Order: sequence, then C-alpha cells, then structure tokens
Amino acid sequence: MKEKLVVIGNGMAGMRTVEELLEIAPDKYEITVFGAENYGNYNRILLSPVLCGEKTIDEIMLNDEQWYEDNNVTLHKGVKVTYVDRKSCTVTADNGTTQTYDRLLISTGSDPFIIPVPGHDLPGVIGFRDIKDVDAMIETSKTRKRAVVIGGGLLGLEAANGLIKQGMDVTVVHLMDCLMERQLDDISGEMLKKSLEAQGMKFKMKSSTTEIQGDGKVEKIIFSDGSEIETDLIVMAVGIRPNIELAKKIGLHCERGIVVNDTLQTYDPKIYAIGECIEHRGMLYGLVAPLFEMAKVCANHLAEYGIGIYTGTVTSTKLKVTGIDLFSAGDFRGDETTEDIVVRDASRGVYKKIVIKDEKIIGAVLYGDTIDGSWYIKLMREATNITDIRDALMFGQGHLGDSGHGGNVVANMSDDAEICGCNGVTKGDVVNAITVKGLFTLEDVRAHTKASSSCGSCTGLVEQLLETTLGGDYAAPEAKSICGCTEHSHDYVREQIRNQKLTSISDVYKKLNWKNNDGCAACRMSVNYYVISTWPEESKDDYQSRFINERAHANIQKDGTYSVIPRMWGGMTTPKELRAIANVAEKFDLDTVHVTGGQRIGLYGVKKEELPLIWKDLNDEGLVSGHAYGKALRTVKTCVGKEWCRFGTQDSTGIGIKLEQLSWGSWMPHKFKMAASGCPRNCAEATIKDFGVVCVDSGYELHIGGNGGIKVRATDFLTRVDTEEEVLEYAAAFCQIYREEARYLERTAPWIERVGFTYVKESIVDDVEKRKQLAERFKFSQKVTRSQDDPWTDRSTNGVDAHEFTPLKVIG
Amino acid sequence: MSSWIEVGLVEDIPVLGARVVRNGENDIAVFRNSNDEIFAVNDSCPHKKGKLSQGIVHDKSVTCPLHNWKIDLTNGEALGPDIGCTGHYATKIEGGKILIELK
Repeated sequence: MKEKLVVIGNGMAGMRTVEELLEIAPDKYEITVFGAENYGNYNRILLSPVLCGEKTIDEIMLNDEQWYEDNNVTLHKGVKVTYVDRKSCTVTADNGTTQTYDRLLISTGSDPFIIPVPGHDLPGVIGFRDIKDVDAMIETSKTRKRAVVIGGGLLGLEAANGLIKQGMDVTVVHLMDCLMERQLDDISGEMLKKSLEAQGMKFKMKSSTTEIQGDGKVEKIIFSDGSEIETDLIVMAVGIRPNIELAKKIGLHCERGIVVNDTLQTYDPKIYAIGECIEHRGMLYGLVAPLFEMAKVCANHLAEYGIGIYTGTVTSTKLKVTGIDLFSAGDFRGDETTEDIVVRDASRGVYKKIVIKDEKIIGAVLYGDTIDGSWYIKLMREATNITDIRDALMFGQGHLGDSGHGGNVVANMSDDAEICGCNGVTKGDVVNAITVKGLFTLEDVRAHTKASSSCGSCTGLVEQLLETTLGGDYAAPEAKSICGCTEHSHDYVREQIRNQKLTSISDVYKKLNWKNNDGCAACRMSVNYYVISTWPEESKDDYQSRFINERAHANIQKDGTYSVIPRMWGGMTTPKELRAIANVAEKFDLDTVHVTGGQRIGLYGVKKEELPLIWKDLNDEGLVSGHAYGKALRTVKTCVGKEWCRFGTQDSTGIGIKLEQLSWGSWMPHKFKMAASGCPRNCAEATIKDFGVVCVDSGYELHIGGNGGIKVRATDFLTRVDTEEEVLEYAAAFCQIYREEARYLERTAPWIERVGFTYVKESIVDDVEKRKQLAERFKFSQKVTRSQDDPWTDRSTNGVDAHEFTPLKVIG
Repeated sequence: MSSWIEVGLVEDIPVLGARVVRNGENDIAVFRNSNDEIFAVNDSCPHKKGKLSQGIVHDKSVTCPLHNWKIDLTNGEALGPDIGCTGHYATKIEGGKILIELK
C-alpha cells in the first residue's frame, strides 16, 4: 500500500519537490496536487518575457497536464484548499473534494502586497504575479495607453518595461529615492534610472500614494504631496507576502511565513512546507533560486532518507530588461567593518563595486558589465580568500592566470562555440536545452546534453551558461555533491573517511548513507581514490572501481584497442630499449609508432589479449609501465643539462631521473607531470608542469601548478633550493599535499587557485616540519602500497588479473 | 531457432565486472552484478560503439567507458535522456554455469 502525499500549491517549489521525490523514491507515494490556478506548473519568473511578447505561455510551461498523467500524479487545478483537519489528516477543497494524507506539503507561495489605500479595489488595479495578471495587462494595453507601476523594485521595473513594450506610456512610482534599493547602491541605482529613462520610462521618486480614484474603474492616482497622474491601469509591485492564510487557519506556527526547520518540516511533523510561503532561520525568500535547494532537501526527507539539510542560500539578482546588464548579490552596501573596491567608468556606462570583509567577498554590485557576476558569487559562496587575486579581482576572471576553461567568458561566445570538447556540445545546444527543457541544475544539463559529463573541465563554463541563461534563478549549490548517489561533497566525504577511519568503499557508502549500494561510475572512482590515498596501509584498492585504463594498465582508444607506452626515465633511452620497442612493433603488427609529448614512444592499435605478451617482451629488456593511462605521475621531461649543453648549469637529466624514480607509480587525483630544465632558457618547459625544476647557477628554482592543455597556466614560483636532496623533499611534499587535499579529477592548477597559492607555500616552504611529514607520508605510501612493483610484470609474468585479458569463451 | 549456450561459470566473472564472449564477428559482454545476477548484451554502446564490457557496473546498469552513457543491462536500452539500444540476450544460471540464449 502506497502512502499518500498531498501537495497544496501547484507552483515551482511544490512541483520541483515532487520531481525530486519521483526521482529518488518513485513508488513511495500516491501523490495528489491542489492548485488554485487553472494551469499546469509554469515558470513564474519568465512572466516578464511573456509580458514583453518575447515568449508565449506554452514556452514557459514546466509541467503540462500530460506530465501529471504520465507520472500518476492527480492534479486538481483551479481548486482552492479551504481547510486541513490535522487530526484526521484530511484536506478539504472549495469544490467539496476531500483527500486524506500521510504527509502534507504546503507550497502556497506568496501574494502580491496591495497597498490598502482608498480605491485599491477598483477594477484596473492589479498585481504582477500570475498568468491572469499578465493577461490583464496585455488586454488593457490593446485599448488604453496610460499605466502606473507602483514600486521601483525588480518586479516593478520588469512590469513597467513589459508595458512599454506593449506600447503603453508608463510611470513608475517609487517610495525611495533610489531604484531597486535592496539590490543597488545610490550610484548604480542612478545609472539604471538614466538607462530606463532613455528607453522611455518615466519616474516619480520619493512618492507615496494616498488614494486611487475612478468611476467604476481606475482613472487617477493621487500622491501625498497633492500631485496626481491620470491613468488606465495601476500595477502594484511593492512586494510580496507569504501566503500563510491556510497555515494560520489550521494552527501551524507562523511568524512572517510558515516556520520550518532545516529539513523543511513545520511544527506538525507530518506537514512540510517549501518556497516563498516559509520562514527559515528568520529569512523569507522571494527568488526562485533557493527553491531548488529546498526542494532537494525536502524530497530527501519525504523519501525518508533522512540526510541533507537546508542552511539557507546566497542569492543574486539580475534584472530581465533587454539592454540593461545589472547584477547584485549579498551585502553590497557594507559598513565600517568592510572595505570596497570600486571601478566607475561613466562613458562606458560601467560601475562595479565589490564589498570585502576579512579578505572575503561578501557582496557585489555590477552595472553595465556583469560578465563576472557568476565568478564573484562563486567566490562568495565558497568564501574564497582573495588575498592572492586581489590585484586582478576587479578586472575579472579573464585576467587571472587561470586554468582549465576558467578564463573563457561564455557571454562573449557565439552559439556554435564548443563548450564541451569531449562530447562536442556547443553553447547553443546547452542554452537551448536549458530553455526548452526547463533545466535548472548542472546535473540536469549533464544528463540532457552530456556537456561537462566526461573530463569535467568545462563545468565552470556550463555553470556560467546556467547563470547567464537563468539569471538570478540559478543557484549553484554551496558544496556540490560528488554525484547523484549522495548529498555529500567531495571534501565532506574525504573528511569522514579520515575521521571515522573508513577503509573501504562499502564502509563509506554505509556510514554516509549512500542512496544505493553500488554507487555509480563517478562516485566509485572518487571514493576509491580517497580511501586508498587516506589509508594506504589499511585499505585495499577496489579493482572494479577503477576506470578501464587503470584496470588494464593501458589506454583504451576509440575503437576499443589499447596503447602501450613504456617509461623512459627522465626522457633518456638506450639502443637496447629502442630495439625492444621496434621488435614488438613488428612482431605484433603495430603500424602506429608515435613520439609522445612527454619524451616517450607510444605504440597504438594493440589488441587487449596481446597486452600481456607485449609487456613480457618489453619487461625482458628492462622496460616498465609509463602509467600514461593513469591518474598518476606521468613523465618527467628534461633537457640534457650541463653534461652537454653549453648553457647548462646543473645536471637536469640526473635530477629528472631521480624525481621519476621517487614518484612513479603513485596514484594522484589527476595526471601529474614534471620537468627539469638545465638553465633559465627552460627547454623542458618546466613552467607549465605540475611540478617544475629550473636549474640556475646557484641551485634549483621550484615551480608548481602549471599545465598545458585547454588553457595554459604558467606555474607559480615556489622557492629556490641549493641541493638535489632538497628538490626531492619538496617534490615529495608537494605530491603528497596534492594527493591528500585536492579533489578527485582536480589538477594542481585549479586546486591551487581554489585553496590559494599562499596556503600551499606556507604548507611546504614556511612550515619545515609539515614539509618533512608530508614527504615522509609520500614515501611511506609508495612503500606500503608497493606502487613501484611494475604493474605490467605482475600481469605478464605473475598472472595477476588474467580474466581481464582473456575472453570468457569463444563460440561461433 | 534459439539455443542456450554455456559460456562459463559465474565465478569466472568478477563481482561488478564483465567478460567477453566471442561470437564470430560479434562480441557479447557478460556482466555480473553485486547480487550475482548475470546479464548479457552486445559489447557495443549504441552511442559510438564503445566496449561496454570495459565499463563500470552498478546495480543493473553499466557506464560506457567512452562517453559515460548508462545502459540498462536488463534490456540493452540507454538510460536517462539518452536514446538508443544495443541487443541483449536472455541468460540463466544452472549449477553455477552461465547459459546465454542465442537466436
């Protein structure tokens, strides 16, 4: 017998919760929804574009009636719930329908606040809240020309803009002397007013309404200073009030909204509430972004999984008025404990202000150039220390020495620009999917377009697209969960693995309440890495949680064949090794022999069954795995150094070989490359490697956090040391702090940008003790995991994992 | 005409792993999940022919190693918003031996 869930309110919050619930517990409830409006669930925030004539009602539908049918959800539309008997758990509606429940979800949203001045109930006075209001505005504009909008906030300005687009003459009346004073400071407010005036909007500032007059319909509005304006339509957009009428009537505890705890539960444990009708930790939310975070948590508790709490949302605002770029987030006014960084360029119409407290961004206002809004809000949410990037902060992310795709600004890209190079997804594809399919989260976009679902390096770009497409309606989750199998973030999971001494994937899944026993491809690989890197001695590597390349110790190619790349220590080889490689290439008919970028030789087109045979031949001549397939130390590139080069200052090949001997075989969060150059001419390109050594006459310069790849990032200079021993100690310490602290699949460059170069430098340069301990732990891990037993020898000679390389059976 | 062919023992396949059965030109991927259930599908992802036998197995599905499509092992259909199907085969276990139905 299914339990019964009744939802009061057929809006975005309630339906998002139902969708999340159907995803995780599709068979738990028989669901009934009551909606006062005569429609399915539509995207309320897109009412402005509908009013402007840029979109139609059909285009903003999120769940049409077919959806309710397909998902076995009973919808009573155009029906208002009048009473809930909490003793018998029965809901009664105004058409006489009754329905019992096991759990009740209240998502009644909010109502526009109508100022109770005389005449407020005349026909022609409306709010701006639903399809009915939009219809009324469009209808009026067909025959009448004059409109007044009361309220110069976000909603009021969008309404006024829409009415102008419909050909009306519009005056905005505002109580304060600054527009959108909850989002803008005086300067940006004034810039906005000027731009809107240029588009034909009129303003009456610092004015309060005393009366609305008219004979059977609105004709005139009168203000406290005695002035008046003749008008045919008045739109009140002075704020919203949580709709808590029903909740109060049935005795639920309400303050300004229905009071809920961090699981979205009201004071009646059977009743949950979500959306604009609630009050959470003293906050009311009138924007849509927080709803999605709430819905996730609420669905989780309705499904009785019992994990996930809602702790509030950092919201940001964007005005949906064509031609005006405006962004605002957090505490943008500041006080005596904060400092501002401000850029003001009147002729370009640009104003940017960032408010900083304790070296962290707590608020921002951007006008005219909002491209970096999503970046600032990310820095805010993650409470990133901005000391290291302060000088470039105002100029935007594009001016940082950034890694990955970070610096590309999506707003400037054309629709056919490729966002996800792995899966060939263009900007147009992503934007289209977001708008047509009504997507709101990164996971949604990944599932529908595949963008950002492979290597993940374009995740930032996809998030920017969500931000720019949805505006303030997109809320990047505060800490992203590893995948859909859990609510927990990478950092939390790793912390628990350490604190609770969890030494296997199944322990982690059990203790941290994973949603399913097996996890998925994404979380199994991550969690396996965290377990083995945290507990090298106590844990056992889980074979089936390795990507195929790390199981087969070779790189899978697109046709299902593999590549073989033996290690060439420090880029050095011998005639004997070259002969061995040539021999296997001929013996196994491998036509493609390629010199790789990492100073090695790759053989391509190898059949899987033949891998152990090839490895055997190579092993016999002393060659071992190059780990060219792994999230591991790849190569150490070198130049010939002082032994041959007339400019060489130190033995760069020698140090390269020692570095490779130290670190080969160690599993890392992502691939890891090193290089050693014999002089500052830097022929080995050490300053675009994860760890680079540049020899100088007086010793060795050490550099960290570089990469080639999609977006080149040059290294940060770490320090200069005198001896080879010190180079090796620093290298070991750096490898280990990266292994212990970076998230799985995060390369050193984005990791360093996330935690700050200063932190890394303090940890391994300033703190001598910490450096020595890190280096010790690295060597310990190398030893106890026997990571330098050649995996190829194990498989070619010692019979390890034989099943991997032989068919189960050959038939036909 | 269909026939049941024995291809090996359940224990020949690692838990949450897969093995390949060569059937002439065609490879069949045989999977074992954490409940010791056995599934068989064509070893070719409907997306770009990735070898599903090389993927990561979870529950009753496998994630293709090439582009992360998820395939339902019970019927060979792509899961989630992806659309496509690779052929699947009925399987049964008799006395620890795996049998696959070939048509």
